[in-house]
Amino acid sequence: MLDILSDYWLLLLVGQFPQGPLGGIALTLVMSIAALLLAFPVAVAVAVARTSPIVWIRRAASIYVTAVRGIPLLLIIFWSFFVLPLVTGINSSASVTVVCALVVYEGAYLGEAIRAALDALPTGQTEASRSLGMSYWTTMMKVILPQALFNCLPSMMNQFVLIVKNTSLAYIIGSQEVTFSAHSINAQLLTKPFEVYFMLAGIYFVMCYSLSRIAKLVERRVERKRSGQLAVQGGRNSTLARASS
Amino acid sequence: MIEFVNVNKWYGEHQCLHNINERVDRGEVVVVCGPSGSGKSTLIRTVNRLEPINSGSIRVDNADVNDRSASVNELRSRIGFVFQQFNLFPHLSVKDNIALAPMNVHRTPRVDAIEQAMKLLDKVGLRHKADAYPAQLSGGQQQRVAIARALAMKPPVMLFDEPTSALDPEMVGEVLQVMKQLANDGMTMICVTHEMGFAREVADRVWFIADGEVLERSKPAEFFSAPVHPRAQKFVSDIRS
Repeated sequence: MLDILSDYWLLLLVGQFPQGPLGGIALTLVMSIAALLLAFPVAVAVAVARTSPIVWIRRAASIYVTAVRGIPLLLIIFWSFFVLPLVTGINSSASVTVVCALVVYEGAYLGEAIRAALDALPTGQTEASRSLGMSYWTTMMKVILPQALFNCLPSMMNQFVLIVKNTSLAYIIGSQEVTFSAHSINAQLLTKPFEVYFMLAGIYFVMCYSLSRIAKLVERRVERKRSGQLAVQGGRNSTLARASS
Repeated sequence: MIEFVNVNKWYGEHQCLHNINERVDRGEVVVVCGPSGSGKSTLIRTVNRLEPINSGSIRVDNADVNDRSASVNELRSRIGFVFQQFNLFPHLSVKDNIALAPMNVHRTPRVDAIEQAMKLLDKVGLRHKADAYPAQLSGGQQQRVAIARALAMKPPVMLFDEPTSALDPEMVGEVLQVMKQLANDGMTMICVTHEMGFAREVADRVWFIADGEVLERSKPAEFFSAPVHPRAQKFVSDIRS
């Protein structure tokens, strides 16, 4: 396996770059980060819309989520591939297409994870904030979302890891990310599919594992700041609080 | 200051407030008591529109609470509300809990808001906890911070919804102490509470509510020694024992 790695490391790392377009692990990372950064605000918006006091906003968001959840990601990628150029008039690259599809897809799933966290917050938090005269949006931005997003870090993590792994589907429409690289290495070697794909699996594992380590670090930092107590409210908590102070 | 005129409220078929006609004058302290489920909390939650009403009107400082053209946020910023469960914001330090609303509603610069928060913490005796997080405080301390947080908006009226009911007995005193001090400073207050000592000492009047109706309104000394309505008599003897 090491000899494959030493022969093809550059192809795995950056694809045909700089002679050709950027590919390999680098492209996978770029796509993942782009999808992640774009899907996050979409998901927050979807979650907020799902809990909106205005009926038609709630309903629209719920239709979007239900629709996306009922469709395989691969289909969304195919659609983006054929429909996106028709709508925008630009022939976007395979990688851009996949990022768009991932944002649509994860907007729904990540959105649901965040919505669950919004629903789980005690209503007393909203009531306390509104009673002080803070508006719906101020309450959302300063009181509700900061708590909800932190509380759902673990489930958001799940979705982030899925984003990284799902970029592998891009190879089907010809994006030259790391799965594509592995595929072409395998096509050249012909006899070593197990080694090649094992290597690929290892690469994905390292990427996803690092991501979850980073999340753990963030989580622990915030937790330490709040001394290990989350959105627990009221008297039930007081014995615990005294014990720790 | 606060005026209820023919206030009625239903939860579906169940009528939880019956023709409430009461008023609280500036500087008055009213204690609301009654058996659980009688509508005490509902009543004070209608004052800052946490609960809507079905008919009648409520006026605070001559402004109709349920006037749809008036800003509910503006109204609420002038009515302090203290909850049974404290409801401090767990992700913010004590001083930020207090400074949040002035900074976001009144656009007070952070330095000034924090300075005001420290003064309020002095008032409730918790300056040394300014940088702590709510989870590090005892229940009594959390409730005192919650009172300071409500005071930060400089409301002319304060509402207390069973502020000591979620507390361990040894912490009730420190919260009542802060409330007494507020009453002595001339704050207009409505307190839902069963603390007889507090009612006797600082309340101007006691309202006794049962099944959504104000059955008795009297001086605290009279109410606790010689209640008139049979349900009030039973209630007083129950909380005595």
